[in-house]
Amino acid sequence: MATLSQAMPRLAGDRSQRARRTSAVLVVLLILIAFLSLGWGASGTSLPRAISDLLAGRELAVQDRVVLLDIRLPRLLMGMLVGASLAVSGALLQGLFRNPLADPGIVGVSSGATLGAILAIVLGASLPGPLAGLFGWYQVPIAAFTGSWITTMLLYRIATRDGRTSVGTMLLAGIALGAIFSAFAGVLILRANDSQLRDLTFWGLGSLAGANWPKLATAGPVMLAALAAAPLLARGLNALALGEAAAGHVGIRVQRVKNRAILVVAAGTGAAVAVSGGIGFVGIVVPHLLRLASGPDHRWLLVNSALLGAVMLLLADMISRTLITPAELPIGIVTAMIGGPFFLWILLRNRGVLDL
Amino acid sequence: MSLIAQEISVMLGRKQVLAGVSFAAEAGRLTAIVGPNGSGKTTLMRALTGDLPCNGRVTLGGREIATMTPEILARRRGVLQQATALSFPFTVAEVVRIGIETRGERADALVSAALAAVDLAGFSGRLYQHLSGGEQQRVQLARVLAQVWQPLDDEGARWLMLDEPVSSLDIAHQLTVMRLAADYARRGGGVIAVMHDLNLTALLADHVVLLAAGEVLAQGSPAEVFTDTLLSRAYGCNLQVNTAPRDGVWILPQVAGLTAA
Repeated sequence: MATLSQAMPRLAGDRSQRARRTSAVLVVLLILIAFLSLGWGASGTSLPRAISDLLAGRELAVQDRVVLLDIRLPRLLMGMLVGASLAVSGALLQGLFRNPLADPGIVGVSSGATLGAILAIVLGASLPGPLAGLFGWYQVPIAAFTGSWITTMLLYRIATRDGRTSVGTMLLAGIALGAIFSAFAGVLILRANDSQLRDLTFWGLGSLAGANWPKLATAGPVMLAALAAAPLLARGLNALALGEAAAGHVGIRVQRVKNRAILVVAAGTGAAVAVSGGIGFVGIVVPHLLRLASGPDHRWLLVNSALLGAVMLLLADMISRTLITPAELPIGIVTAMIGGPFFLWILLRNRGVLDL
Repeated sequence: MSLIAQEISVMLGRKQVLAGVSFAAEAGRLTAIVGPNGSGKTTLMRALTGDLPCNGRVTLGGREIATMTPEILARRRGVLQQATALSFPFTVAEVVRIGIETRGERADALVSAALAAVDLAGFSGRLYQHLSGGEQQRVQLARVLAQVWQPLDDEGARWLMLDEPVSSLDIAHQLTVMRLAADYARRGGGVIAVMHDLNLTALLADHVVLLAAGEVLAQGSPAEVFTDTLLSRAYGCNLQVNTAPRDGVWILPQVAGLTAA
């Protein structure tokens, strides 16, 4: 296959070869960083020792087992899934709104998820027993998903008129929705008790520190499902770049693609926010870099966003664990420090193109 | 295989934009819709493509388009809109490919052929956003061409529905594009185009539908429709139809002081 495509010169302007190479590089990078991240940390655990123990069939030392299997491994998997979900959600939102500035954090989708999660934490305790038992561990992820779903639909309704989305309206509506949700969240926080307060604080900042196996077991499948469903929307989103009418003319069921994209964004963002809080800017930085590297074709953009999102979040996590050791900086602060200026850069670069 | 409009009426707000428009466009002929600004040409095209809800019936090959899925419609016809905005920096090749289901080397061949047909061979690697307005319009036409040229298993005629396909083109490319459309019709395809330029229409159309104030004022061959009286009435100014050297038609606006004979 590789020799065939090398023998036949591809059509100029076809960047799928480049996108494929990008995928390969990202897979290698992700594996490397995953191992690095497993071995990275404050305690004196040695990854090479643990691996040689495993290979030789020996029992792991207790400390290795606890640190590696119960702390770092769930955190690693969670970081990968959250990074991938946020990046893919960003790419989907940008395709849906047809502009590169849509990001779950910026347009209020994450705030919607956060409000849902806070509602579940504060009011969940007062749910009638059977209902609370029914949802159990899933209470917070489901509430976060519902919050982000409602927000995305609202935002789309507000910002789109006659099939055209206005960037200005989208960003401003995102600010307004974010403000409304924060106000409600504030009221709820006042009603929270001390242990709920501690749970709530980390939502504002965003952190992977709470990662554990039960959380992974509840939110992980939702994020995996969102990641698996996203590439199915690729052809529809490519066509949508021509506008809704033209997308219909090439055979796309526009309304269906939009509904599904909103659902996938809600699932990905909702589950990610439920376990890690408001980690911003991953959804805008990752797809933008990939569009520069190998073009905006969603058939590659979505898959590569998942890979690069995972890589970036693991890197940010390693930074957050290192900067102020032995304490750790919430990862949301790290992504905001990198992503904020990046967002401004995109804004300045695109000022002429976008109708701002 | 024909495209038939029966009693199409459209209200936009309180304004009756189209009132009882009926005509039949046959595959194998180039049908042109002409008329003054605001006569309802683009509205009619949007009703014909199914983008605008309307009263009346539009049938394509005997089937009402309202009952057809986007997938089936996309295999029966390609639509070129008056303006297409494109978000994200796609290359020309990627834009043309968006419209087709075909993949692999056959898709490459289709894209190259469509670009060559609109005189954009060698442009496939350029970024769409860096092209001029006229070039972008031709890229969009190439995308629609690739869509209707796709080899599919059914053999019915496919339609090109073009809303002012030459509006921002220079005279040479106007001819390139309209000859392409006429040639497509001559090979048995269906073509319906909203046209602004009456001379170009007279040269290349087989059937003309003349709209005025949302109604069909006349329809028939260019020779039947392009008469002094009908055109002057439709456009509300004095127009005189002449015959050009090689049996063509030539429409001259009569402007006081300019046409000293």
